[in-house]
Amino acid sequence: MSAAGAAGPRRSRGGATYLLGLILVGVIVAAGLISFAWTPYALSDMAGSRLEPPSPAHWAGTDRLGRDLFTQLMIGARIALVVGCGAVAIGGAIGMVTGILAAFATRFADDALAAVFDILIAFPTLLIAMLVVAAREEASLGTAILALGIGLSPIVGRITRILTKQVLGQDYITAARVSGTSWGAIVIFHILPNIVPFLGVNLALQFGLAVMAEASLSYLGLGAPPPNASWGRMLQEAQSTVYTAPWGAVFPGLALFALVIGINLLADGLRDRLGRSGRDAG
Amino acid sequence: MLGYMTRRLVILLLSLVAAAIVLFVLLRLLPGDPANALVGVGATPEQIEAARAQLGSDQSLLVQFVAYLGDLARFDLGQSFVSRAPVIEEISRRLSVTLPLTFAAFFLAMLLAIPLGIVAAVKARRWYGLVLSVVSQVGIAVPVFWLGILLVYQFSLTLRWLPSGGFPLRGYEDPGRAVQSMILPVLTIALIMTASLMRYVRSATLDVLDSDFLRTARALGESRTGALMRHGLRNAAVPVVSVLGIELSTTFLGAVVVEQVFSLPGLGSMLLLGIQQRDYPNVQGVLIVSTLLVLLVGFLADILQRVLDPRLRKEGGR
Repeated sequence: MSAAGAAGPRRSRGGATYLLGLILVGVIVAAGLISFAWTPYALSDMAGSRLEPPSPAHWAGTDRLGRDLFTQLMIGARIALVVGCGAVAIGGAIGMVTGILAAFATRFADDALAAVFDILIAFPTLLIAMLVVAAREEASLGTAILALGIGLSPIVGRITRILTKQVLGQDYITAARVSGTSWGAIVIFHILPNIVPFLGVNLALQFGLAVMAEASLSYLGLGAPPPNASWGRMLQEAQSTVYTAPWGAVFPGLALFALVIGINLLADGLRDRLGRSGRDAG
Repeated sequence: MLGYMTRRLVILLLSLVAAAIVLFVLLRLLPGDPANALVGVGATPEQIEAARAQLGSDQSLLVQFVAYLGDLARFDLGQSFVSRAPVIEEISRRLSVTLPLTFAAFFLAMLLAIPLGIVAAVKARRWYGLVLSVVSQVGIAVPVFWLGILLVYQFSLTLRWLPSGGFPLRGYEDPGRAVQSMILPVLTIALIMTASLMRYVRSATLDVLDSDFLRTARALGESRTGALMRHGLRNAAVPVVSVLGIELSTTFLGAVVVEQVFSLPGLGSMLLLGIQQRDYPNVQGVLIVSTLLVLLVGFLADILQRVLDPRLRKEGGR
């Protein structure tokens, strides 16, 4: 899309998707926060009969033990957000610093770091998280977050390194160096503005991946134990009764979907804004 | 280029050794002596001692590590604690399910994602370009096992077209049923991967469409499509190729989870079973083989990226 031709329609569309993302994430964050103060029922309260469809008494129906699904969804929001934020904060910080360092390093150190990224990426996050969580007698959310965050960091690092190297190959970097700009200033004024839009998209994906990975762990039966109601575990429990009670499988999936897509839309809006201001500044 | 490939190959081998070390340490850090898992609950101390001697876990870590590296070099991954079968045999049997699943899904995804992603970027302001962008946004957020469950609900339970899970006992000797039981899992993974790849293709193409060299090519009189074909796609391919390796690994991981949805006897269910049964040789074997596969893919993606982008080659820059 050319910058001049599309500034108008793109701005309004960017605004709309950004707003939609904000609403979706906002609703889930609100649900997660409210769950600390209020939920329709207690989590393990068998308040209804089994597999009730959605009704005024049970907004999302009940599970096979008659527990309220809306309550579980609210608690699940809390868990998903904590996992996503924690993992991205850990993975993003480690990944960006090491990625930029690698791009600037001497050939040997760069090769070494690139190899370390490859090795760590080669340890599929989910598999390692499975191993770590399973190895502990008491599965805890903190272990999962740490495992997922460290697991994401080499992916961020690898992409940061490649992007930084591409920027470093540009003529304007040479020009900046010749005119006496320090490397620190080059990182801040030339490299970060050029890599942040792509990385922002990537970090949003990583947030989504972390939330999904936690849901996968729970779905596989390796998540935080009850009474923590993770969306993944809700889906696992609903799968066996999906034919008679499809809503049990629909709502947790929708919640996961809404959170991940909301975050991605926010990032896309951000990408457009950053891209535009980057161009304006340049 | 040849020098780079040699160096990259050395790095690949070093990575493998390092990965072996990490895995060795990680598995030794797990609680409990593997000997306990071998003899089971209620074994006498003598039995445990015998098991330890058999496994070599009574020897020093260094001795164990050297023996372990030697075994790896000979592709000897040990024997399962549970079935006593050589791990490598079990893995190759499981790979005959996981690899076709992964590659079928990956190639189907590329086949769909590359043309659709380019169209989504080039025709960004037409309604179908917009629809494609929305679909790729939507698709990336769909949990793979959720899509699996929904497809089972629709195509197995409601329409009764395809099996809801399982794999024929005789495997590929029963080709009709084997293929049938793979259709929904392949579709599940491929649809999700298409969305994710399309995003990268679209984003890279958009960046290229925005570039100075494309504007110059247009100014020199090339048509929009011609300029994109001649100069754009090659440049757009660079960031896409750099994520292909990661995407293939993600497909592989998707297979691990999707195997569980459809009860397929692949590598993923082997790992999960191994973890549940504390069958360390199996767990270790699966992780080593997955690591090897992902490292190889990363190696190939790096080489391909160099072939595509000469700028990365100059002055030995990486």
